Amino acid sequence: MSERVVLVDAVRSPFGKAGSLYSETRADDIMVRILRGLLERNPKVSPALIDDVAIAAATQTGDQGMNIGRSVSLLAGIPNSVPGYSIDRWCAGALTAVTTVSGAIAMGQYDFAIAGGVEHMGHHPMGEGMDPNPRYLAEKLVDTDALQMGMTAERLHDKFPHLTKARADAYAVASQNKTAAAYSSGKIQRDLIPVAVRSVELGWGVATVDEPPRPGTTVEALGALKTPFRPMGNVTAGNAAGLNDGATAAILASESKAKELGLTIKAKLVSFAFAGVEPEIMGYGPVPSTIKALSKAGLSIEDIGLFEINEAFAIQVLSFLDHFGIADDDPRVNLYGGAIAVGHPLASSGVRLMINLARGFEEHPEVKYGVTTMCIGLGMGGTVIWENPHFAGKAGK
Amino acid sequence: MSEIKLPEGAPDEVITAAHVREIDLTLFGHNGSISLITLDNGMDHNRPNTFGPQSLASLNEAIKVAEASSSIAIAITGKPFIFAAGADLSALSFLNDREQALAIGKLGHDVFRRLGESSKPTFAFVNGLALGGGLEVALHCRYRTVATTAFTALPEVFLGLVPGWGGATILPKLIGPKNAVQVIILNALNNNTMMKSKEALALGVVDAVFEPADFIENSIKFAVAVLNGSMKIDRKDFTKDENEWTEAINTGKAAVAKKFGGAEIPQAIKALDLIAAARTNTLGAGFGAEDQELANLTMNDPLRASLYAFNLIQKKRKKVEGAPKPALARKVSKVGVVGAGLMASQLALIILRNLKVPVVITDLDQERIDKGLAYIRGELTKLVEKKRMSPESAARLSSLVSGSTDKSIFADASFVIEAIFEELELKQKLFKELEKIVSTECILATNTSSLSVTKMSEGLANPERVIGFHFFNPVAIMPLLEIARTPATDDATTATAVAIGKELKKTMVIVKDSPAFVVNRLLTRFMGEITDAIDEGTPPDVADSAMKPLGLPMTSLELLGLVGPGVALHVAETLHKSLGDRYRISPTMQAFVKEGVKTFYIKDDKGGLNPNPAALTLIKAGNKASTSDQVRIRALKALASEARLMLDEGVVSTAAEIDICMLLGCGWPLHLGGVLPYLDRTGISEEVSGQRFHPAGVASLS
Repeated sequence: MSERVVLVDAVRSPFGKAGSLYSETRADDIMVRILRGLLERNPKVSPALIDDVAIAAATQTGDQGMNIGRSVSLLAGIPNSVPGYSIDRWCAGALTAVTTVSGAIAMGQYDFAIAGGVEHMGHHPMGEGMDPNPRYLAEKLVDTDALQMGMTAERLHDKFPHLTKARADAYAVASQNKTAAAYSSGKIQRDLIPVAVRSVELGWGVATVDEPPRPGTTVEALGALKTPFRPMGNVTAGNAAGLNDGATAAILASESKAKELGLTIKAKLVSFAFAGVEPEIMGYGPVPSTIKALSKAGLSIEDIGLFEINEAFAIQVLSFLDHFGIADDDPRVNLYGGAIAVGHPLASSGVRLMINLARGFEEHPEVKYGVTTMCIGLGMGGTVIWENPHFAGKAGK
Repeated sequence: MSEIKLPEGAPDEVITAAHVREIDLTLFGHNGSISLITLDNGMDHNRPNTFGPQSLASLNEAIKVAEASSSIAIAITGKPFIFAAGADLSALSFLNDREQALAIGKLGHDVFRRLGESSKPTFAFVNGLALGGGLEVALHCRYRTVATTAFTALPEVFLGLVPGWGGATILPKLIGPKNAVQVIILNALNNNTMMKSKEALALGVVDAVFEPADFIENSIKFAVAVLNGSMKIDRKDFTKDENEWTEAINTGKAAVAKKFGGAEIPQAIKALDLIAAARTNTLGAGFGAEDQELANLTMNDPLRASLYAFNLIQKKRKKVEGAPKPALARKVSKVGVVGAGLMASQLALIILRNLKVPVVITDLDQERIDKGLAYIRGELTKLVEKKRMSPESAARLSSLVSGSTDKSIFADASFVIEAIFEELELKQKLFKELEKIVSTECILATNTSSLSVTKMSEGLANPERVIGFHFFNPVAIMPLLEIARTPATDDATTATAVAIGKELKKTMVIVKDSPAFVVNRLLTRFMGEITDAIDEGTPPDVADSAMKPLGLPMTSLELLGLVGPGVALHVAETLHKSLGDRYRISPTMQAFVKEGVKTFYIKDDKGGLNPNPAALTLIKAGNKASTSDQVRIRALKALASEARLMLDEGVVSTAAEIDICMLLGCGWPLHLGGVLPYLDRTGISEEVSGQRFHPAGVASLS
């Protein structure tokens, strides 16, 4: 009853800025298109074979409601016989969708599953419909800062004064540069599914590139930005991810079934873990979750050849790297840049990390293991450790 | 391009804007971009995109921008669910100058043909409904994709026009004469049948079909495949085989003759001429000919009457003249049908299917009830077999219908309709009996075609709940429902009847209870003139072909065969009694009924109609023969005088309601405008009553 889980393929929509590219396109329509694009790319995976469709969204109402996992399956024309459900762990939605279906595959209960996520932050601004229990404040369970992600990032700066704004800005510029370079060599485009977008004013368009990146961003320019979360603060729109719309999806399978059908294997799941921290410093979450995942896998941080860490905030990445003694500009980290450049449509981002890691594995057969990790609101981190199927044994263990 | 102003009085144009966006093709595996034009009038799908002068100007600009861009191809698509529904017809009725009509036709050509003549490959992504000019835009493009859910059609000939923005010339060249005649003539004449995507593909109208979920993306993928040569679209040269064209045109002519009883209906004949000419014509010459025909037709009364009739049908479908507030309607939770004969069973079936409430039928004996129930369940089974109903729905409906010989099962019914033998005393007795069983609010409806509803309600404790509910045969197909109010019928009863009619998807006309309401009163009067002429000594073929120029769906004697001489005579007798001598009793009809002759014509093996020898021998011919023209004038005058009387008596409140009755109750053609616009334009109305039914310009040239 124990199966090895593999990532067969993963794709995503081009990400948009909230209120722009996708402002007149429904979240479920974006998600449907990504599911159809994914299945189109993988004709050997007959939709009827899929045992479940797990789709994440942080705000599950309106065009992200109605049990979006089931709803988008029906809308995508996946057979009625295939079930679906929705998942929520805020930013780590898609990542959790992957680990949840992977658990079922590993137990031998599923052969194939789709995991993904969607977030239309233009239609569903962060905190929409939120109704925090008054006990949080009355009993001082958390500080008011805990519910404002920008504030939690400022708190990380407070906690680690040596991780300065200058370092955060430099990290952000590097992220922009890496994304620009990946784009110009056509690396990111390979896994984008074009999505038709509606606009009453402009007519139909098709989203074919990420909208958020700002190539050519300089440290000087970032230095001039306001710090919206506190006066004299460190966190700016330039060293954080924006408010974005987008969707991602992946096919996961048991290794035996994938081999039986002759499917591509882009990564093999090794271990995963989630862990909690104080909600006020939620950005620190990836540290304990990665420690946990490494320990479960019997690996140490030195074994990891590639890191895909979500860039909700530069400071949150820096605190992770700092903890593990990795340099700010270590080339193993975020090969094609990260969320600071391409954007972070909350619940969708987990699979984007896997898309990039899988491409990194292809480019680096000397790497045996890679990590995808992200921080999660209300103080959590999630980590998945993957093995490179292309590993040629040149370096590492 | 010269600016075209809308004619005076025309409503403001709802402008369909044409937006252009550049779509980068890199992700689709091709260099460069495609210019995608979107047609969007900024309103939802209930108000489809249309083309008036300003919309055409916007499209012209968009094509210019797309031409000038660095894109490698041009594509055009619509707003969600709608590609384009064609020319803006609302202005057409106001054109009073042939030059203006000609200019609008030419403007459409001038804009659309740029898509066909562009140096860049052009594509139409038909994402939704594309009708008339909407489909013609697509036809000018070099390639077409269509969404699986999109309906397409060239309804011009149905409306009284020709596909005059390129359709009549391009389509025959593209898909051959046979298929073009199918789309332009046969479909249009077959009650404006639209093509499903698969049919459009099979006929060659479109090149590829994609599902709506990612229609634009897959259409672009298709365009890229065409552009990079991996997809080859072969176009057949249809011009060589002249016979094929002759054959197709003949098929079209035969269909036109059949539809309009041999009348030469100009738009259909002209459309066939344009199709025939397309074999050897250049596109330019074809477009020129289309312009001329379009202008000719536009500046003629039949088109104006057609547009009037078409709009009337749309309008009356939604709004019932004189209907009380819908809020007054009572909830209908159970329906009773008295009688289990064919008519009653049809009523039970349509009520069951649409209201989905318990329906109970009663008749004199169990055998008749079983037969009625078997008919209803059999029809449900047929629907399941044709995949027009799910087995679950059929099972649900089947369990909702039941029958009994005991009328007490009507006790908790909210609406009981009778369809028993047409005899007043029987119906009066029935209603008195029912009143003892049902609640005081239960509606008692009658499907009588000529008896007095008022008399049926006399002596009842609650006459206010009695109403006439008159269907036409076949019930499921004929769209008209006459609702007859007596002086006692209250608003709640009428509102409920209208609410039920809406559920049954019928177009309703509320009439004052009077003999034979509207349709049968007019038809009987007019048929009486034909049979009178025969009785007087006019040869039957002369009398029966008298109405041929009108283009009616069948001749008077064919209609007689459909209705049956028995019913026709019964109605005539009723009307003779109630309305007087102008409704005569034909001795020939009496003889038909007496001798059991059911039809005047007998169908031969080839479907041709030959006089029934048994019928011919029964004709009691006098010696005063009339010519065909004389018979026609006399029948039309009878129609005009009866219609005027009905308006004077307040049977209906507007002339338009008489027209809608004739359009939907007997399927009279649009180009007559129902009937009154035709009587106006031939001068009959004024000759008979000194006045028109409609002011000039409403359903005619002004």
